[in-house]
Amino acid sequence: MAHPTVAVLERHLTLYKRLWRASLFSSFVLPVLFLASIGLGVGGYVGEVGGVPYVEWIVPGVLASTAFQMAVGECTYAVFGEFRWNRGAHAMFATRVSVWDMIGGWLLYIVFRVEIAVVVFLLVVGAFGVLSSPWVVLTPLVAALLALAVAAPVTAFSATIDHDSYFALLFRFVMLPSTLFAGVFFPVEQLPALVRPVAYVSPLWHGVELARAATSGAAPPWPVWAHAGCLVAFAAGGLWWAGYAFRKRLQD
Amino acid sequence: MSGEQPLVRARGLVKRFGDFVAVDGIDIDVAPGEAFGFLGPNGAGKSSTMRMISCVSMPSAGELRIFGLDPVREGPRIRGRLGVCPQLDNLDPDLTVRENLTTYARYFGLSRAQARARAEELLEFAQLSDRALSRVEPLSGGMKRRLTIARAMVNEPDLVLLDEPTTGLDPQARHLLWERLFRLKQRGVTLVLTTHYMDEAEQLCDRLVVMDGGRIVAEGSPRSLIEAHSSPEVVEVRFGGRELADFVAPLAGIGDRVDVLPDRILVYAKDGDAAVSEVHRRGLVPSSVLVRRSSLEDVFLHLTGRTLVE
Ligand SMILES: Nc1ncnc2c1ncn2[C@@H]1O[C@H](COP(=O)(O)OP(=O)(O)OP(=O)(O)O)[C@@H](O)[C@H]1O
Ligand SMILES: [Mg+2]
Repeated sequence: MAHPTVAVLERHLTLYKRLWRASLFSSFVLPVLFLASIGLGVGGYVGEVGGVPYVEWIVPGVLASTAFQMAVGECTYAVFGEFRWNRGAHAMFATRVSVWDMIGGWLLYIVFRVEIAVVVFLLVVGAFGVLSSPWVVLTPLVAALLALAVAAPVTAFSATIDHDSYFALLFRFVMLPSTLFAGVFFPVEQLPALVRPVAYVSPLWHGVELARAATSGAAPPWPVWAHAGCLVAFAAGGLWWAGYAFRKRLQD
Repeated sequence: MSGEQPLVRARGLVKRFGDFVAVDGIDIDVAPGEAFGFLGPNGAGKSSTMRMISCVSMPSAGELRIFGLDPVREGPRIRGRLGVCPQLDNLDPDLTVRENLTTYARYFGLSRAQARARAEELLEFAQLSDRALSRVEPLSGGMKRRLTIARAMVNEPDLVLLDEPTTGLDPQARHLLWERLFRLKQRGVTLVLTTHYMDEAEQLCDRLVVMDGGRIVAEGSPRSLIEAHSSPEVVEVRFGGRELADFVAPLAGIGDRVDVLPDRILVYAKDGDAAVSEVHRRGLVPSSVLVRRSSLEDVFLHLTGRTLVE
């Protein structure tokens, strides 16, 4: 008998079957556009960062940032709607499916989506010859960890809020700063010491540094276990919050 | 499962929302194979009770057992044996009609092949086979309702909970649904349903409770409730646009009791025709007179002083 978590994952995959073509296409186009414009264009002005060409330096950052944005984007309105608009979450909860099955199946789906995007991304940039380390095979693992660290708390947030206008706050005050100050486009060391902690509390920064370590083979600023630990902490905290938020919504 | 154990057993069941008491200490027992109804007006606490029985809403106080199990600790296990049709349809709008059934079947642990076979049967049952590939959105209200009920049957539940299964449907759609529900009943499926239609309660329920303000005000079979709380027949007397209160005194003593509604006066009597003769004998000239059998509506009016459907 299939585990209920699997059944929940299947429901999301049923939906994905309808949009995979468009989704795959954009996963493919994004890195191509990026390499063509920023990487080669801007890279000509910037030259090298930390001893590697700018393109090579920025690729893992953009990859992690893609995973990050996907995890945030998929876990906002889609989750909110399941509670508020069509009550799909309530329908699911009226079955053998538990709150943890719902959260687990959903996060597995997000990881699946992110992995597809990441693998396509790696194939494209790999074809341009900007991946130099064999450690690159760990990149999908980093992306999965980052996706969980982001998707879990965002899912919890979406299940908690009473109105979708709160998403504007999320995008403006959480998403944007963590994308800008997470070492994606320039090294965090260039930030004033006062602002640097913004990066340290952003799961994206930890993901970026781990991804960069994987694609370049160079050691990240913090020990690997510290970066990974921060991501695990985000994922665990997000899971706990999501469990609380789902139960509160469904068991009123 | 032993035949004696009630499928649902509640003692002093309470549901509070903040300070507001929606369900105020009710006792119920539903036996296997029974069709049990909650009859009551808007806000009586029917849905709040149903949601507790569905093990999705936690009781605030009192005891509740479903299949002898505790909903607080065994939620998923109990829900796996229930079929729930909530008051508001919550079908998956992104999926097709068939996918709604197969996906739901998977939530209950059916294999893919079982899910597909079950979906075909249920499409047939809900008379939606020709709409299998349609999205949910374009379906009519009655079709959506049938799909929701079909979906509730996907796991061959031991207990089916229907919250206002036919509210908002036209008479034809309602009769079709009643016929489907009647079939379930004949197959021995235990039904618990809520309604504010007395004809629905009379048609489908072996036993029912009348709820008002979170409390149970009467309990029994439709027949026994009518016998206990109303007379066999009712005469509905209208006097055009005239002030009805003025007719209470002239009508006094006819039948067992007289009730004044905004648009008509009800005279409860053992023999309706005799009561009508008496009205005429007293020289009263109603604009219309109707003799009918007593119904649950009258029981409700008598118990609460209010009509069921405003
Ligand atoms: N989640 C909630 N929060 C606060 N109050 C609630 C909630 N759910 C129900 N109530 C209140 O509890 C009371 C009973 O509601 P309930 O939905 O159980 O009534 P009902 O008998 O099903 O009515 P209806 O025939 O309109 O469906 C109502 O006054 C309602 O406003
Ligand atoms: Mg209700």
